[in-house]
Amino acid sequence: MTLYPMPPLPSDDKRWKIVSNAMRKNGFARHALIETLHTVQSSFGYLDDDSIRFVARSLRVPLSQAYGVATFYHYFSLKPPGKHTLTICAGTACYIKGADKLVAAAQEKLGIKTGQTTADGEISLMTARCVGACSRAPVALWDGEVAGEMAGQQLIEQLERWTVA
Amino acid sequence: MNIEELEQIAESVRQENAKYDYEVNVCMDLACSSQGAGQLREELVKAVAASGKKVLVRRTSCMGPCSAGPLVRVDPADLLYHHVKAGNAQAIADSLGNAPVPELQCDLNEHFDQQMRVVLENAGHIDPEKIDDYIARDGYKALVKALTEMTPGDVIQTLTESELRGRGGGGYPTGLKWGTVAKAGGDLKYVVCNGDEGDPGAFMDRSVMEGDPHRVIEGMAIAAYAVGATRGFIYVRAEYPVAVSRLTAGLRDARRRGLLGNNICNTPFCFDVEIRLGAGAFVCGEETALIASIEGRRGTPKPRPPYPAVHGLWGKPTLINNVETFANIAPILRRGGEWFANMGAGRSKGTKVFALTGKIANTGLVEVPMGITLRQIIESIGGGVPGGHTFKAVQTGGPSGGCIPNEHLDLQVTYESLVQAGSMMGSGGMIVMDDSSCMVNVARFFIEFCMTESCGKCIPCRAGTAQMYTLLTRICEGQGTMQDLELLQDLCATVKETSLCGLGMTAPNPVLSTLRYFRNEYIEHIANKRCPAGVCAVEAAVEVMA
Repeated sequence: MTLYPMPPLPSDDKRWKIVSNAMRKNGFARHALIETLHTVQSSFGYLDDDSIRFVARSLRVPLSQAYGVATFYHYFSLKPPGKHTLTICAGTACYIKGADKLVAAAQEKLGIKTGQTTADGEISLMTARCVGACSRAPVALWDGEVAGEMAGQQLIEQLERWTVA
Repeated sequence: MNIEELEQIAESVRQENAKYDYEVNVCMDLACSSQGAGQLREELVKAVAASGKKVLVRRTSCMGPCSAGPLVRVDPADLLYHHVKAGNAQAIADSLGNAPVPELQCDLNEHFDQQMRVVLENAGHIDPEKIDDYIARDGYKALVKALTEMTPGDVIQTLTESELRGRGGGGYPTGLKWGTVAKAGGDLKYVVCNGDEGDPGAFMDRSVMEGDPHRVIEGMAIAAYAVGATRGFIYVRAEYPVAVSRLTAGLRDARRRGLLGNNICNTPFCFDVEIRLGAGAFVCGEETALIASIEGRRGTPKPRPPYPAVHGLWGKPTLINNVETFANIAPILRRGGEWFANMGAGRSKGTKVFALTGKIANTGLVEVPMGITLRQIIESIGGGVPGGHTFKAVQTGGPSGGCIPNEHLDLQVTYESLVQAGSMMGSGGMIVMDDSSCMVNVARFFIEFCMTESCGKCIPCRAGTAQMYTLLTRICEGQGTMQDLELLQDLCATVKETSLCGLGMTAPNPVLSTLRYFRNEYIEHIANKRCPAGVCAVEAAVEVMA
């Protein structure tokens, strides 16, 4: 069996060690590609070209497969997130309770569309496909913190708190 | 591990609990904790410590009626308090041994009386991170019983007798599925738990995985024994971080107790489970797409046959069941197949967990016997539509299901009756809509969902959903014609008949069911350029003109 040389870590950023360890934990198995990309995203906040290349080479999967996986699954983001992230749930229960109005209000307030980050890199606006808190619809996640029964006014006030701070 | 050792653990838990005079159970599920249940629990711990009474404050999983949260149940009095704030902690501590706190008491008898709890029997009673709590409530008895007293054939026979059917929505007989995998050749087989609850508006599986992780693990281990598998995977959505951490802790504790790993219960049976994270793709709920995802590839489905039962994960025979299906296994083995088959109606046996949400008074999780009517669920258990609005439709089955109108509410909930009504059982989302919802807009919402979630492999689904979305948008905006309606119906039939996997085959259901029951709303949009519910932008345009 040929032993493949491991690619060097892209930089001495400690987070690469975390990624490398995650791959080692799975024995550098190719089927751990999605697991590894999760680790990259939770360490760096998003996936960029360097990280996808590094993971692909380490796991010996074609770059096309790694890139295909990174773009196929909605959970992976190829753009760096803002300092804060507002995620509005767009599941059915939230939609019935008026999540679309929340999205419209947030878009207007921030001047961006969903999936974008404000020009100053402060706030990202995202939508989610149901976070499972349907009984408290409509739901917004403030940096991952679930807040239920969100009203438009409340949303704007909270956003203002972020922009001031 | 054997039955006696399980009994010993259960006894020690009972002795430990007997040291306390009162138990204060705090629901810490997502809905309650987003309303401050965490702080409430801390305050309760402080308050009872100061009171000097012997009180156990326990963190539990979802108690059910989330809209009344944060919830606290005081035992042994079995008092349920609702909308409890951190500031109420002192009053609750003071009330122990005295009269209950009147302003926090709630009357949810009607809500609970018509429910029947099998899958959720431990919800609100155990600490999900304590394996011993689960064991004290007969946990892992079924596994030990299967391993020591039953042959794999006996287990499958019991399941066949129970007439349990897949709870992921399809309703395939579980005993038959297990039998197929058991008969498949080869020494390496897999058991996969489908925890990719992609249906937006449903959270039953999240609640089971978070609230009673060992129930799922036990079900999987029994399945592995029955079909001859040695490795298992739980495929969980990455959007459910708590479920992932509870399951990870659960697997670790089960290994420590010798309930997973090599030679379980001193038998030759070896089995272990790994967790795999989903990454936000609805199509991965489909078996072959889920397999592709576990193998680290894009989640695109494959034509079946060969079925995963014969040719699944890495080409090996693979048993795939939904979370709720696995959660039903242990009680069936403990109490027998006949007990289970006695519940329910027609060919649908047992109970079903539904996530009741939308325009309804009591939102939350409910577990009801099959055969109950939709009206009972919505009016008695759910408390009806609040705010003076009138009921319009209930949506079941998520993006694969349909909307059922008022005149069909007396329908008994079974796999067959829901399909006849143009919907499906689905995984258990039940979203109530009132007169403020536009059914054309709802159809468009679901088609948009299916359009973005289509994996793109087969043309009918990829292109068909996009065309349907365009047509529906046109109708919503008041640009539609009666010809569009015909075209839409035609397209629905094509996509349904010719798509490769379940996503495409069921994607037209929300459109077809709304066309069937709410055709006049479509016509109103087209002929009179008016949205009866006042949701679509078409009406705004009319108002401006007027």
